[in-house]
Amino acid sequence: MKPKLRRSMLFVPGSNTGMVCNAFIYKPDTVMFDLEDSVALSEKDSARMMVFHALQHFTYKDIETAVRVNPLDTPFGLLDLEAVIRAGVDIVRLPKTDTVEDVLDMEREIERIEIKIGSPKKTMLLAAIESALGVVNAVDIARSSTRMMGIALGAEDFVRDLHTQRTKEGHELMAARNQILLAARAAKIGAFDSIFSDVKDKEGFMHEVDLIKGLGFDGKSLINPNQIPWLHSAFAPSQKNINWAIEVLEAAKDAKERGLGVISLDGKMVDAPVILRAEWIMDLARASGVLGEEQ
Amino acid sequence: MKDLHQQFNTQELTPINAPFFTCKEKKKGEDRRAKLCESIEESIKRSGLQDGMTISFHHAFRGGDLLINNVMNVIAKMGFKNLTLASSSLASVNDPVIEHIKNGVVTQIYTSGLRSKLGEAISKGLMEKPVQIHSHGGRVHLIQSGELKIDVAFLGVPVCDAFGNANGYSGRSKCGSLGYAMIDAQHAEYVIVLTESLEEYPNVPASLHQDQVDAVVLVDEVGDPSKIGAGETRMTTNPKELLLASHTAKLIEHSGLFKEGFSIQTGTGGASLATTVFLSEKMEEKGIHASFGLGGITGTMVYMLKRGLIKTLLDVQSFDEFAAKSLGENKNHIEISANEYANPSSKGAAIKQLDIVVLSALEVDLDFNVNVITGSKGFLRGASGGHSDTAAEAKLSIIVAPLTRGRLPTVTKRVNTIVTPGSTVDVVITDQGIAVNPKNVELKARLKKAGLQIVEMQELYDRAIALCGEPAEIKYADKVVAVIRYRDGSIIDVVRQLA
Amino acid sequence: MSKKLETAHAGTLESSDAFVRVIPVDAKGIEIELESSVEEIYGDAIRARVLETATAMSVEGVKIIVQDKGALDYVIKARVQTAILRALGEAEPDWSVL
Repeated sequence: MKPKLRRSMLFVPGSNTGMVCNAFIYKPDTVMFDLEDSVALSEKDSARMMVFHALQHFTYKDIETAVRVNPLDTPFGLLDLEAVIRAGVDIVRLPKTDTVEDVLDMEREIERIEIKIGSPKKTMLLAAIESALGVVNAVDIARSSTRMMGIALGAEDFVRDLHTQRTKEGHELMAARNQILLAARAAKIGAFDSIFSDVKDKEGFMHEVDLIKGLGFDGKSLINPNQIPWLHSAFAPSQKNINWAIEVLEAAKDAKERGLGVISLDGKMVDAPVILRAEWIMDLARASGVLGEEQ
Repeated sequence: MKDLHQQFNTQELTPINAPFFTCKEKKKGEDRRAKLCESIEESIKRSGLQDGMTISFHHAFRGGDLLINNVMNVIAKMGFKNLTLASSSLASVNDPVIEHIKNGVVTQIYTSGLRSKLGEAISKGLMEKPVQIHSHGGRVHLIQSGELKIDVAFLGVPVCDAFGNANGYSGRSKCGSLGYAMIDAQHAEYVIVLTESLEEYPNVPASLHQDQVDAVVLVDEVGDPSKIGAGETRMTTNPKELLLASHTAKLIEHSGLFKEGFSIQTGTGGASLATTVFLSEKMEEKGIHASFGLGGITGTMVYMLKRGLIKTLLDVQSFDEFAAKSLGENKNHIEISANEYANPSSKGAAIKQLDIVVLSALEVDLDFNVNVITGSKGFLRGASGGHSDTAAEAKLSIIVAPLTRGRLPTVTKRVNTIVTPGSTVDVVITDQGIAVNPKNVELKARLKKAGLQIVEMQELYDRAIALCGEPAEIKYADKVVAVIRYRDGSIIDVVRQLA
Repeated sequence: MSKKLETAHAGTLESSDAFVRVIPVDAKGIEIELESSVEEIYGDAIRARVLETATAMSVEGVKIIVQDKGALDYVIKARVQTAILRALGEAEPDWSVL
């Protein structure tokens, strides 16, 4: 199966009605409604209700949805889960995941609710790693549940925990990024980078995107829709890669038409993973808007 | 003499008597400041204004206009009644006109736009006679065809000399191009220029000329410089506007018209401004230059001129202070009249040379008809402007609008009011898909191939209704409150009183 | 069966949102007061939605005042439901009626 594109995860505060109603038009790969840090204590209930309805609205039917819920040890965590599982969310993002226990607790509650409401859906989990302890436990966290679709770095809290702050160069995040990436790849799940908070600094943003793309991350959390086209353009495959992919796919088509079992291109054998890779590049190219629908 | 008369077969030639005496009232050494009037009141007296006549203004000061209200107050105080007010457009700042209508000073209006409380009041039946809404090009046509005969024009300018040479690009209240005022100066029976400052003669190059001007009045202020600019002058950060702008720039790039020497007109507002910025990037990337930028000129267009991305700006209206200033500074930034800009019966309107125009809309319907004059609730709250003129003449007319504004759908079954007929609209860009007029088969294929999200207009409509719900019908009375004149003077639609 | 209510509110007066107040009254039934920026074309639809939402939550003897700034249908619903839950002092709703 081809993996789903998850370059952009757009954070949408559940308490920001305008954003909730409009986020879908920017076509992030995943929209991530937030019930946690961006929502004031007094508005936890109203944001939950808003997100409950948004998740079911037709405007979010064609887009992957995630919700960052409040931790289970707050009065809000369980209520958040009740609401978003019923509303059919695709992914629950665990806040501040330090240990495997955090994941298992969440998994247990999700399963309980799914059974209670008779949901056929298996809600996925995304663990946000936001502390030194979480980074150290990343390998175990990544393989702690079959629901786990990825792990993400939450850099703002992490640097506080490290007793430092974020810089443009990002040296302070190097270890965490590498560890999270290795843990994710070892568990064959996704790896997602943290937000870039200065929404006006396109240059700084692109610098960071180049860095994390080079490291191997699938994508990044975003806090402003304006960052989506920047991110997608950075993730767009080069024309050279596209040309290669087209050649591979044409060779495959040709071999199939001629009933050949072995596909070759320029005298070299092309095997299944290479074809998957070519298809992936074409998907990415289409999603990046660098290809028309006919190609 | 008799011989001469016989020889020329005429009785009308008169032999010289004494120099200067042959022309009425023109004497050698006449007071060179004779056109100067002490007050607005004096200029009106000299003009011979009478009840029932037509007076005109231009709208280059837009939201910063102080002149229309001031002159109207003087006219009202002098006791005139039953006048036709023919301003090239009216802005929100002109709401005090309501009082003059109530008092019978103004009984008929010709304008491109009606907004705010004035638009609302007229929508509710304030006037006996319906307002005549014209386009910018259509106004010149109405004047030249004789329907709109201007008796006295009151033309506000920042700078003028005592003999009537005026421009808009210097002084305190810079409005830039006087493209609309030029028409009134040319055609009105009596032309009064009201200026904020008097320059030494000759104040040249002039936009309004000495041989057109009858009287000059020095007034305290004609405009509020901080409000003359229309809309945004800085790059928007509004994500929806940026999204629309990036769709628009990409569409232009793949339209088939984006090549060396292309020409373009865009409007004001965040999305339009951002479109020019995105387009500039693509032009630099591909080494493409535009031959001219037309219409309402913005600071970003001036920036493109300075960067060498556009060779010439043809400016009928300067939308911000950067454009207004540039008009006086850059030799390739050219002031044109509304006749040169868009009059359909002109010998040469620049829009006939135009490749691409980017326009906005309050509503668009399934047949691509566009409404820019009434809102979703039926009130007069917009302006015809150059919309129908440019849509009709440009090779590619692009309408850019959000699919919904809050809970108001932009795409409707049938627009409340047609200003621009759908047959002249090529593409409608929304944040949730792009509809191409079915007549443009080749363009549609081209844009699809480029990866733009092309959908049918019906899909856009269905989506808008799914989001907002089916709107209830607006209840209208029978009375017509405004007549929408198409650019050739014909009637394309009427606006009825709200019930 | 009607439940006991306190005065409560939810939402904001920002554009695309609605501010909803729930006030217990002595009369029976559900009284709705609407002030909307889209009254002319969606006023009736909004009133119907508010009534339906409140009825489904089995409240009675209540006045619901809605100040709407062009909110989409589901936003109106969410705001009314939140205001009623707050008025009832209940943290968890009966999800099946929402």
